[in-house]
Amino acid sequence: MNNQMEGMTAMAEISANLLLIAFFLYLIATICFAVSVTGRKWRDKQGDVIGNRWGTVGYVFSILGFCFSVGYFITRWIAAGHVPVSNMFEYTTFLGTTLCLAFIILYGIYRTNVLGMFTMPIVLLVIAFASVFPTELEPLIPALQSNWLKIHVTTTALGQGILSIGFAAGLIYLIRTLDFTKRNKKVFWLEFIMYSLVSLVSFIIIRYAFELLQYQATFEYVNEAGESAEMTYNMPALLGPNEGTLLTNGMMEPLISMPAWLRSDDANTVIWSLGAGLIFYFLLRLVLRKPLGGAIQPLLRGISPDTVDEVSYRAIAIGFPVFTLGGLIFAMIWAQIAWTRFWGWDPKEVWALITFLFYAAYLHLRLSRGWHGERSAWLCVIGFVIIMFNLVFVNLVIAGLHSYA
Amino acid sequence: MEKQKCECGHLNPYGTHLCESCGKPLEEKDKNATMVDMRYDGVARRSQTYNKKIVDRIWNFFSSVKIGISIIILILVTSSIGTIFPQEMYIPSNVSAAQHYENEYGIAGQVYYTLGFHNLYGSWWYMALIASLGISLIIASLDRVVPLYRVLKHQRVSRNEGFLSRQRMFGVSHSEDPEQTMTDAKQFFARKKYNVREENGSLLAEKNRFTRWGPYINHIGLIVFLTGCMLRFFPGMYVDDLVWVREGETEVIPGTDGEYFIENDEFFVDLYDENDEVFGPAMQRASGQTVETYQTNAILYQREEGGTVGAEPDLNEVKSKEIEVNHPLRFNNFSLYQSDYKVNEFNKMSLSMTDRETDESIGTIEIDLFDPQAEYDLGDGYRVVIDSYFPNFEFDDEGEPSTVSDIPDNPAFIFQMFSPEHDEDGEYSFVGIQRNEDIFNENDYQMSFEGVETKDVTGLTVRKDLTLPFLIVGGSIFMIGLVQGSYWSHRRVWIRRFDNEVWIAGHTNKHWESLKKEFRALSKETKLDVPEDKQQLKEEEDEQSNGRDDGNGRN
Repeated sequence: MNNQMEGMTAMAEISANLLLIAFFLYLIATICFAVSVTGRKWRDKQGDVIGNRWGTVGYVFSILGFCFSVGYFITRWIAAGHVPVSNMFEYTTFLGTTLCLAFIILYGIYRTNVLGMFTMPIVLLVIAFASVFPTELEPLIPALQSNWLKIHVTTTALGQGILSIGFAAGLIYLIRTLDFTKRNKKVFWLEFIMYSLVSLVSFIIIRYAFELLQYQATFEYVNEAGESAEMTYNMPALLGPNEGTLLTNGMMEPLISMPAWLRSDDANTVIWSLGAGLIFYFLLRLVLRKPLGGAIQPLLRGISPDTVDEVSYRAIAIGFPVFTLGGLIFAMIWAQIAWTRFWGWDPKEVWALITFLFYAAYLHLRLSRGWHGERSAWLCVIGFVIIMFNLVFVNLVIAGLHSYA
Repeated sequence: MEKQKCECGHLNPYGTHLCESCGKPLEEKDKNATMVDMRYDGVARRSQTYNKKIVDRIWNFFSSVKIGISIIILILVTSSIGTIFPQEMYIPSNVSAAQHYENEYGIAGQVYYTLGFHNLYGSWWYMALIASLGISLIIASLDRVVPLYRVLKHQRVSRNEGFLSRQRMFGVSHSEDPEQTMTDAKQFFARKKYNVREENGSLLAEKNRFTRWGPYINHIGLIVFLTGCMLRFFPGMYVDDLVWVREGETEVIPGTDGEYFIENDEFFVDLYDENDEVFGPAMQRASGQTVETYQTNAILYQREEGGTVGAEPDLNEVKSKEIEVNHPLRFNNFSLYQSDYKVNEFNKMSLSMTDRETDESIGTIEIDLFDPQAEYDLGDGYRVVIDSYFPNFEFDDEGEPSTVSDIPDNPAFIFQMFSPEHDEDGEYSFVGIQRNEDIFNENDYQMSFEGVETKDVTGLTVRKDLTLPFLIVGGSIFMIGLVQGSYWSHRRVWIRRFDNEVWIAGHTNKHWESLKKEFRALSKETKLDVPEDKQQLKEEEDEQSNGRDDGNGRN
């Protein structure tokens, strides 16, 4: 028995290593795609531009990375004894993997290297973001002990992964076609998306930097129920807890104190990320001397906006039924079995419905009202925001039956 | 209204844009355009044709996709408002909703409650929105599917020149041997699994027409689903109840008209081992226990038919089952779910009557907290009378002892103790948990706590939902329609010969890049030129004329 137990934890270690390897393979794939888009074009013997081979190399690395992700998934499954999609780390990592799978499918259809240049970094970001959450193996609560965990969660994640490709393609479309020499609302919002991505990167960097420094500051504070409690910050406290007193010596005193109903440590992390994102963003602006979108735009000159538009639409046409099946239909079947009712207006359920309604509206606008190109691309971006909102905000902030992490 | 006769001889319903048979543009607008609007193949739709009567107006309102999308967006926005604060069904039931929202969320909570957002999804206006979505689904679908079906069924192979040349993808090729070109093209499309039809030198290759019905099928599924949801409000369709059963006891199952009974043979809660090698670290970090299993070993009984009313029923065992979360007990359209529990509920309490001076015990009584006797006789002139019993004791607003509920979570008694010394009025004593007080004078005897027997109680949700078959059928139809409409595209290629010229035009309802790929493959085999994509040309021109295509020397 003891031996077997040790074997299990060794398996968990193997799993973590496979994920790390997958991460680096995705990184290499990103670089390959970036080179394929920005690098010199090769000409064949007849002198025609045939592009270069970097795209294919990138594609091979994406597939390799995906294989290692699957390896991580299987070994973690063996280590835990249940499908590893039951908390924030596991689900978000799996979402990154499905995003990669969706990319592999769509690249197979359209062979657009630029899609790799945008999707692979998103995969990297999603996986890095996932590992910010606790990675230990967690036991399953009774409600989760069901075969529907495998079916419902994996299908939903796959649907979300495919829909996210729509976002990547939409983003490419916008950067390719917007006029960055003007200052208007469109440019502002596109730069806002770029800033959000920069903030996410900052969040991951800061998080790891302070972890490396082993920063820990414990506060005693008064919680919502009016009782005294303790809270540990992993970053210097800009926003302190309600009536908090610092217990750890030599750490920073908070600048302002937050009310009790707010999770002040999370709010503090958000402020850090947004602040650092702002600094990084403006540093980039200073270096590039133009909007980030405007700096990327020249790289995309050779891309047909029509094709990118179709890729985004195709991704959504493929992803929407998958998401509906996993996020609504399988979800309802399982809810009927585990929670006695197929629908209970739990926040996560409602936001899955909102995602469904949003993409339904997108499809109707596109098919019947002719919303192609730019308007369609903006909708893809908004759709992705809704998916991320459901993943991050609804899980962490709005409490409900689905909050496991 | 009169029908319109096309030059090909086909009679088209009033309001048709493109002849249903040969495709010739019938309206001035289309005749002058470089591309015709191929949406629904230019059929006459009721909503676009009539606008006189009230019925027409209502029909036109709900058939509009713009209105449909607006309804979707309205539902989307209002649904999201419902998640700002928890809905009424998720708040604790021990305070009034009005107070809860005010206490927890301040002014915002008060506004939320006043506007009725605490019960948003059950509000009349939310239901009205869902209902209008249903109506929109029906009307918008009928308005389109009927004429679309007709036009696709009646379409001719040989199409009018005006139709061909106004397609988004259109090209003219010269061929030395047009006969051979047509044969090659025919073979090409047959090999690509197209449905190829020929008619005096013209060719129509069509693929996946069935995908056009996808949207309408999924709308039918949604309508069935919404109808199913509505049926819940009919009596007898839906039961939602909770039954508490103590270990060893049998309770009637609510909603079954006293026909079915459930016995709780055993209930237990299993926790995960906190020192588990695999899960230990996570549990220690969360510093809480994690439940592995809640389980009720239950036995289901059915009342014997023909039993006397009022008499203790004769029960026949139907089945036994270990009810766990995710594993309900099902019988006769009902399901029993493990949904709540209470461990160590007080069941019986033992107290002894003792002489204060000598500390000598006179006798012990055992009180069934759910069914206390009025009097317990201890013999030799000693007896204990229960004057008052408070299963869940508290002092009420006037400071009088009272009880919160019938569940003995905090039992308390006023005893009247009779003894040979006090055989007239007895002595009064108030006994509760951690309380033992004399009421009038100092007593000679007291009731002292000896022990308590507890039982585990399981809470089972009783559910009957006869609407489920509708939802399953509706959901399945919806999913089939969605896949049918999403994963294929309806492609048509028309080829027509004019002496040495071969005209070729193509249309697809989506994914034009894939159609172009098909044309490129066709071109390789038949020497037909790849048709031009007018829309792409137009967009490229637009971009050029914007004068910002700097190109950076690339391409």
